[in-house]
Amino acid sequence: MEDLEREYHKILADYVKEQSERTLYIGQNFVRQLIRRNISPEDVVSLHKDAVETIYPAQFDELRLAYDFLIEMMVHYGMAMREHQSLLQKQAEIQMEMNIAANVQKTMLKTPIPSDMTIDIGMLSKPLKNVNGDYVHFIDDKKYISVAVTDVVGKGVPAALCMSMVKFGLESMEEYAHDPEHVLGVLNRIVERNVDDSMFISMFYGCYLREWGLFYYASAGHEPAFLYRAEENKFYDLEAKGMLLGIVPTTKYKRSEVLLEDGDIIVIVTDGVTEFRRDDTVDERQVVASLIHDVKGLPAQSICEYLYSELEEMQEFELKDDFSVVVIKKV
Amino acid sequence: MQKKSSVEIVTEWDIVAARQLGRNKAKEIGFGTVDQARITTAISELARNIYLYARFGNIHIEWIEEGDKKGIKIIAKDKGPGIEDVRKVLEDGYSTSGGLGAGLPGVKRLMDSMEIQSEINKGTTITITKWLR
Ligand SMILES: Nc1ncnc2c1ncn2[C@@H]1O[C@H](COP(=O)(O)OP(=O)(O)OP(=O)(O)O)[C@@H](O)[C@H]1O
Ligand SMILES: [Mg+2]
Repeated sequence: MEDLEREYHKILADYVKEQSERTLYIGQNFVRQLIRRNISPEDVVSLHKDAVETIYPAQFDELRLAYDFLIEMMVHYGMAMREHQSLLQKQAEIQMEMNIAANVQKTMLKTPIPSDMTIDIGMLSKPLKNVNGDYVHFIDDKKYISVAVTDVVGKGVPAALCMSMVKFGLESMEEYAHDPEHVLGVLNRIVERNVDDSMFISMFYGCYLREWGLFYYASAGHEPAFLYRAEENKFYDLEAKGMLLGIVPTTKYKRSEVLLEDGDIIVIVTDGVTEFRRDDTVDERQVVASLIHDVKGLPAQSICEYLYSELEEMQEFELKDDFSVVVIKKV
Repeated sequence: MQKKSSVEIVTEWDIVAARQLGRNKAKEIGFGTVDQARITTAISELARNIYLYARFGNIHIEWIEEGDKKGIKIIAKDKGPGIEDVRKVLEDGYSTSGGLGAGLPGVKRLMDSMEIQSEINKGTTITITKWLR
């Protein structure tokens, strides 16, 4: 503090003498230093008061009381400043915790992407904030590949917590992985029992039978998947009726199926992919379909990445939700 | 010089009396203008809380010594409703003035230490101290 007093006194004395812009600039740098050292406003006024006293000893007695009054007032600004600092610190701590949580989640939710000669699969899942409320889970069996695409309605930490439960539910049912209705039925009861009523989870569950090229699926209130038929050069919706997970414990889910031909593409998305409305006139699904069409010849993973980069750009790099897409391409 | 003294808080003007007493004591002990202002502000916040939330209470101020350290200790005591969640009121942003830095967390930062004892329906005792440097 004493070094500051001396320095401030000198700067003020210089200014009083010659009023140069240079001194003001030096003053500006001095203030930066004060702020860096967390000197509060009442201390700054006190610094000024002492310097003025030294520079104008004769007139000072009349001013002293006015300065004391200002110091008194500034104590409150000091309190606000210290609160601000403590909040910033707290925010940094939370941020750090979030980053750790995000890493924990990333490790936990990692899922290897299956593929073989007849099927090309791509996947991309990007959280909006650091933790993800979407989850993609693959199970790779000799006979089949199953895929679950999950979206917890809501974002951030609450959604991410829910996600872990879905993951463990899916893993504990691996022997039923070829049975979408069963998996959704059990998850529905787990979610109903364990999650409060304000949380909703949607899931698209599909299973691809390698030998037959058959894809069958069921959905719990999830966004329809896209089916591109290569021969017709046309898009269809893979729709399946079914209630969101966790609402009615007795809900039954129904399966539908399609036979995939070479070049056919299935694209399963979460609503972060299709909800980017800028105005009511665009059909978002139409936009996504035409993007898929643009790059239908590319490998599945490249299609995922293309969708992400195009849609991100369309939304001016400010996505509004977690973004997940799975591309399954029969080759 | 008297080592201890106190003010009963009954009306809003007693907050002013508590401030005055605190400022005088702080000056006697040797605190500079800035710290006098800080100590007074802290007392003012505690007295105002008594007046607002407990209706009546007492602000007690004393000169303290520990080895060759000198300081001031203020005890704000009331038999009011008590504070339900002491941890909560010490969180920034909880006070009704939210974000202005005032309230108990602000008082804590103005002083060197603060201790809160509170029991529901029995009352609250808040002790704050500041050492002369
Ligand atoms: N002596 C007391 N007796 C009972 N409750 C108290 C007492 N002092 C504080 N409280 C409770 O603690 C809360 C927080 O107090 P604090 O002084 O931090 O903020 P505030 O009084 O709400 O707002 P301000 O920033 O204007 O002081 C109060 O709203 C009140 O509910
Ligand atoms: Mg208060």
